[in-house]
Amino acid sequence: MEVSPWIAILATGIVAGIPILLAALGEILAERAGVINLGVEGMMLIGAVVGFMVSLQSNSPWVGLIAAVLAGAMMALIHAFLTITLRANQVVSGLALTIFGTGLSGYLGKSFIGVPLTATFKPVPVPGLSQIPAIGPIFFNHDLLVYIAYGLVALLWFFLFRTRSGLELRAVGENPAAADAAGLNVFLIRYACVIAGGMFAGMAGAYLSLAYAPSWLENMTAGRGWIAVALVIFGVWNPTKAFLGSFFFGTIDVLGFHMQTLGIVVSSFFLKMLPYVFTIAVLIVATRETKTRRVAIPEALGVPYVREER
Amino acid sequence: MNKFKRGIALLLSFLLVAAIALTGCGGNQTTGDDKSKDVGNQQKLKVAFVYVGPVGDAGWSHSHDQGRKYLEKEMPNVETTYVESVPEGADAERVLTELASKGNKIIFATSFGYMDPVIKVAQKFPDVVFMHATGFKTAPNVGTYFGREYQARYLSGIAAGKQTQTNVLGYVAAFPIPEVVRGINAFTLGVRSVNPNATVKVVWTNTWYNPATEKDAAKSLLDSGADVIAMHQDTPAPMQAAEEKGKFAVGYHTDMSSFAPKAVLTGPVWNWGPYYVKTVKAVMDKTWTNEQYWGPMADKIIDIAPFGPMVGDEAKALIMKKRDAIDKGEWDVFTGPIKDQLGTVRVAEGQKMTDQEMLSFDWFVQGVEGMISK
Repeated sequence: MEVSPWIAILATGIVAGIPILLAALGEILAERAGVINLGVEGMMLIGAVVGFMVSLQSNSPWVGLIAAVLAGAMMALIHAFLTITLRANQVVSGLALTIFGTGLSGYLGKSFIGVPLTATFKPVPVPGLSQIPAIGPIFFNHDLLVYIAYGLVALLWFFLFRTRSGLELRAVGENPAAADAAGLNVFLIRYACVIAGGMFAGMAGAYLSLAYAPSWLENMTAGRGWIAVALVIFGVWNPTKAFLGSFFFGTIDVLGFHMQTLGIVVSSFFLKMLPYVFTIAVLIVATRETKTRRVAIPEALGVPYVREER
Repeated sequence: MNKFKRGIALLLSFLLVAAIALTGCGGNQTTGDDKSKDVGNQQKLKVAFVYVGPVGDAGWSHSHDQGRKYLEKEMPNVETTYVESVPEGADAERVLTELASKGNKIIFATSFGYMDPVIKVAQKFPDVVFMHATGFKTAPNVGTYFGREYQARYLSGIAAGKQTQTNVLGYVAAFPIPEVVRGINAFTLGVRSVNPNATVKVVWTNTWYNPATEKDAAKSLLDSGADVIAMHQDTPAPMQAAEEKGKFAVGYHTDMSSFAPKAVLTGPVWNWGPYYVKTVKAVMDKTWTNEQYWGPMADKIIDIAPFGPMVGDEAKALIMKKRDAIDKGEWDVFTGPIKDQLGTVRVAEGQKMTDQEMLSFDWFVQGVEGMISK
């Protein structure tokens, strides 16, 4: 049974978008609370290598996934401590985290390069749903982590925009002083969000090394952490829009190869550039809207909170 | 108080960066018994290897490191060193200089991009023999070496041509350079020698080494109807993609069947060990010359991996027959008539392509679907 090229492209686009989606969801949480974390790439790499090593030892991808999530949290904790407690520059700390994660993951994973992994996540079609024409093969014929990612999108959206805790979280990112005055613990909330963001990034890394291309090699994220940061802006800090964005970016990612098989030649460098071009475009639009309607960019993003002395 | 905290933050940031500087550097390892130096075994010949990738990658660098291990096992009076993950360019020059000044008498530089650094460093160390894999520049103390991998590609093409049901085969290719183009052409000729209706679709990845990208490329080929995936890449990801879809694959570099046991038919594999032993012996006996060695399958420098269980007896027999003809020198892969994609005869009946022509391949044979971007 041959599927039509478009369905095949969109189905691989969904999967290619999952690692950047997971990482972007985490970054949305952190940025909504007012902390930029540019260490996504580093946290993903640590998640990927730890997930791989633990899966190999335990022979269970789930144990590996949990280890990757914890490893991502540990990495994020460094960032949280530096930027929230010590009020270091968030950009500098995030960049350092990426470089640190790249080096450390390469060091940890040295002896695991080229080792085959049998305990991986395998595609599990959803009974019923996968039979729907077009929708089925595109959305419901993947591994379990993809469905978990769908669930996380909905969960995060509901949490951010429909619960009291979500409102409090956003308040911390918009106006921490007012939130503090209202009795919220700004430091605690920011810590929680940054660490949760690291968990998502760790999971994103594990998705690469356990499901997407089950193997480990140095720098295997190949810039996906940066695309995730761009995706947060593209999705205007909204989980559902980030999902659409990841689908879009993922599709662009695989489109080049499919076009080659159809005999259409477009420079792969041009296609690789596209996600960033769109991100810049969205940034321009979002910034303009911010002025008029105050959507999008959290007001206190990147600003360390200094509680006034009493 | 605030200043103090900022100071700590800055300090921690620096520590992070320092940590990377320490961990990020490529490994430099001397194997063999280091203590033996003190025991007075001063006759040990020091041989060094420079790799472009990590030794554990199951690909190109791994195959050379297997050769290094073979050399050390076969010749106990040789001490080997290797430096892995050395980028092509200025870093290579530094590493080569360091190895030469540390007393290594033979240095094997195993990546194409080391060519100019090798020539440059070799001038400064006339007593050291440099061997450069895949290159074409020589000097009084610089030789080159490579294997005729296209012969093994052709044979793996026979297995693939017999296996395909859809008559569409996919080829995940790294860069449009003569070495890769030659491999695609040889594979296609092999496929069409047993299955004249089959076509080989090519997708370029523009990377040697990126499992996720290679897998995406393989998936796109599988989606477009290919049921056997061949590849010129450094990771087994394209084969894993084929295995997941229940399709077949042809490996490269080393026996990659452990990564996709149900998919891998066979594949060209490198076997550098015997050549390294031969070269080191020649240097010791002072019979070494700065030759440009392009070893055929008969020398066993390039071979094909053991067949997977799905390969039929008929295919095996055909492969053995062709292999015999190649080994005896009766026939070679690029013997005419060979047509290009437009159907024009490029190599006339009975004519053989010269080494020079093969080393500068820039056109596809008939049956290849794809383009060489220039």
